[in-house]
Amino acid sequence: MPESILATFTVKRLEIIAPDGTADESLVPDLSGDELRRIYYLLLLTRAFDGRALALQREGRIGTYPSVLGQEAAQVGSAFAIHERDWVFPSFREMGAHLTLGYPLHQLYQYWGGDERGLRTPDGMNIFPICVSVGTHIPHAAGAALAAKLRGDRIAVIAYFGDGGTSKGDFHEGFNLAGVMGLPTVFICQNNQWAISVPLSAQTASRSLAQKAVAYGFDGIQVDGNDVLAVYRATREALEKARGGGGPTFIECLTYRMSDHTTSDDASRYRSPEETEQWRERDPILRYERFLAKRGLWNEDYAAEMKGKAGGEIDEAVRRYESVPPPAPGEMFDFVSGELSARQQRQREEASP
Amino acid sequence: MTQLNMVQAINLALREEMARDDRVVLLGEDVGRDGGVFRVTEGLFEEFGPERVIDTPLSESAIVGAAVGMAAYGLRPVAEIQFLGFIYAAFDQLFTHAARIRTRSRGRFTAPLVVRTPYGAGIKAPELHEESTEAFFCHMPGVKVVVPSGPYNAKGLLMAAIRDPDPVLFLEPTRLYRMVKEEVPEGEYTLPLGKARIARPGGAVTVVAWGSMLQRVMKAVEGYDAEVIDPMTLSPFDGETLLDSVKKTGRLVVVHEAPLTCGLGAEIAATVAQEAILHLRGPIIRVAGPDVPVPLAKLIDHYLPSPERIRAALDEVLQY
Repeated sequence: MPESILATFTVKRLEIIAPDGTADESLVPDLSGDELRRIYYLLLLTRAFDGRALALQREGRIGTYPSVLGQEAAQVGSAFAIHERDWVFPSFREMGAHLTLGYPLHQLYQYWGGDERGLRTPDGMNIFPICVSVGTHIPHAAGAALAAKLRGDRIAVIAYFGDGGTSKGDFHEGFNLAGVMGLPTVFICQNNQWAISVPLSAQTASRSLAQKAVAYGFDGIQVDGNDVLAVYRATREALEKARGGGGPTFIECLTYRMSDHTTSDDASRYRSPEETEQWRERDPILRYERFLAKRGLWNEDYAAEMKGKAGGEIDEAVRRYESVPPPAPGEMFDFVSGELSARQQRQREEASP
Repeated sequence: MTQLNMVQAINLALREEMARDDRVVLLGEDVGRDGGVFRVTEGLFEEFGPERVIDTPLSESAIVGAAVGMAAYGLRPVAEIQFLGFIYAAFDQLFTHAARIRTRSRGRFTAPLVVRTPYGAGIKAPELHEESTEAFFCHMPGVKVVVPSGPYNAKGLLMAAIRDPDPVLFLEPTRLYRMVKEEVPEGEYTLPLGKARIARPGGAVTVVAWGSMLQRVMKAVEGYDAEVIDPMTLSPFDGETLLDSVKKTGRLVVVHEAPLTCGLGAEIAATVAQEAILHLRGPIIRVAGPDVPVPLAKLIDHYLPSPERIRAALDEVLQY
């Protein structure tokens, strides 16, 4: 018998806004002017949050912090499509998604300031705590989606992770479960092309990360992660598909980590400034400003006004963060279990002067 | 001789072992071009090349699992897990495979590998970067667990670990990485695994501590007639040195930053209770972290055994 072709596949890539701000009108999502401007504000707010976090870290007012600089569109664009009833499982570098979803800014500073109370998601928000152990939360998203499916809830479950996370066993296991059970999950990879010092080319031999979905039996798409509307469009479609019973989708947002891995890292040890400079020209906010300007929704005065507003919101968040009294020693114990053992109760008393 | 900190001493041990034995290969996340997130492998990529200092994908299970295969094939892999808190994805590889390949193959295959990993609290790092779960690994027959306490013994212990015929988990106390410098000779010397050292001689009470707690204990016992034991290897534990000391002092305090319940202090206390109870003058006291997940920076000082708690334990046992 001759050899035959068992399968071939294609991988889509989506970009809507060109670097000069012109857009493929057939693909521009049907968002109102107010919504388009709201996205712009969230991009600015993310950048302001991030810049202030770096400054606070330098001053010793928060601890080690992983910057999201350059990834604002991939985070705001995706989170803008998420509904309140959907569930979100973030990793540790999606503060732009957090603030788009309405997570209190002062709590984000609180968490990165070394205070667990920052991880307490407000009631009514279905956002799991930040996951520091890379990729280990991907199966959680599959599990929550399975539960939603069993309950008959028409919601979607989103997991965010990075390119490094795709090398973890939990990535495979979570994807496989979601695929084989047809779960309402949307996996969003922030492919910022660097896992600390390891570039994408040393992370995977795949032409794209998106194509990994094919092996699990569901759709994968690569979007220009610095194009906020492409990210939004792909995410909204995937969420609608998931809520409607169409199964999982994997969205690879191709973007770039403009900053060091964290404030403890020094990227100049392992990558060239020229590479970073190239990506600076593809800045997601700059591109979106050009797009908005062509629609008469943006000018320098408007930008200055919005930057001032974002700065004020950040000032208030920092003030709130720093006015929270430090946690009492006994708080180490308060949420370890529903009920403390006798030994833990004794330890709690000993720890509380 | 040169004054080195622990990072430099470990780096020197790796460099000398790699020069001595071309079977020694490093692998892990960011160990190559970046030189490791704590710079422990700095310069080795440049000196030995990418085939001997291997930057892996972000895959702890693959790092330890591959080390098992490399070791069985005849290499001497030294794997790095970036922080102990990230080792759990590789737990299966360590427990199910590295620890028992010799047993399961009846000696036909072995796993002479080292897994190095920074561990312990007190560097104000994010979640899972300050774990101290050494007891999990001491509960793995077939795996040795080593904790250096200073630059000199770090080098000698790591050289011994690399030459050991079985898997060794080498826990490097992050808080001590750059805290002190000591004279560290160039060239070969090994310190035997499974052998404790008397860090400070004394007669009235025995105190056992390792990692960064040892350093805290050494300060806390000033003014006390305390004998301090630095086990250096946690598994197998040097019972002889422990028992000799307790038989002399009649009192025992164990200090560790890991949670109290089922921490290694329990095993040490049980050994003394079983082997030397008639020599004890008072209760064995464990000073340990409470039974909670390691908290973030704002509460870590309330979590770690404080000098005051250590001295209170000494005062209590010395009443007997």
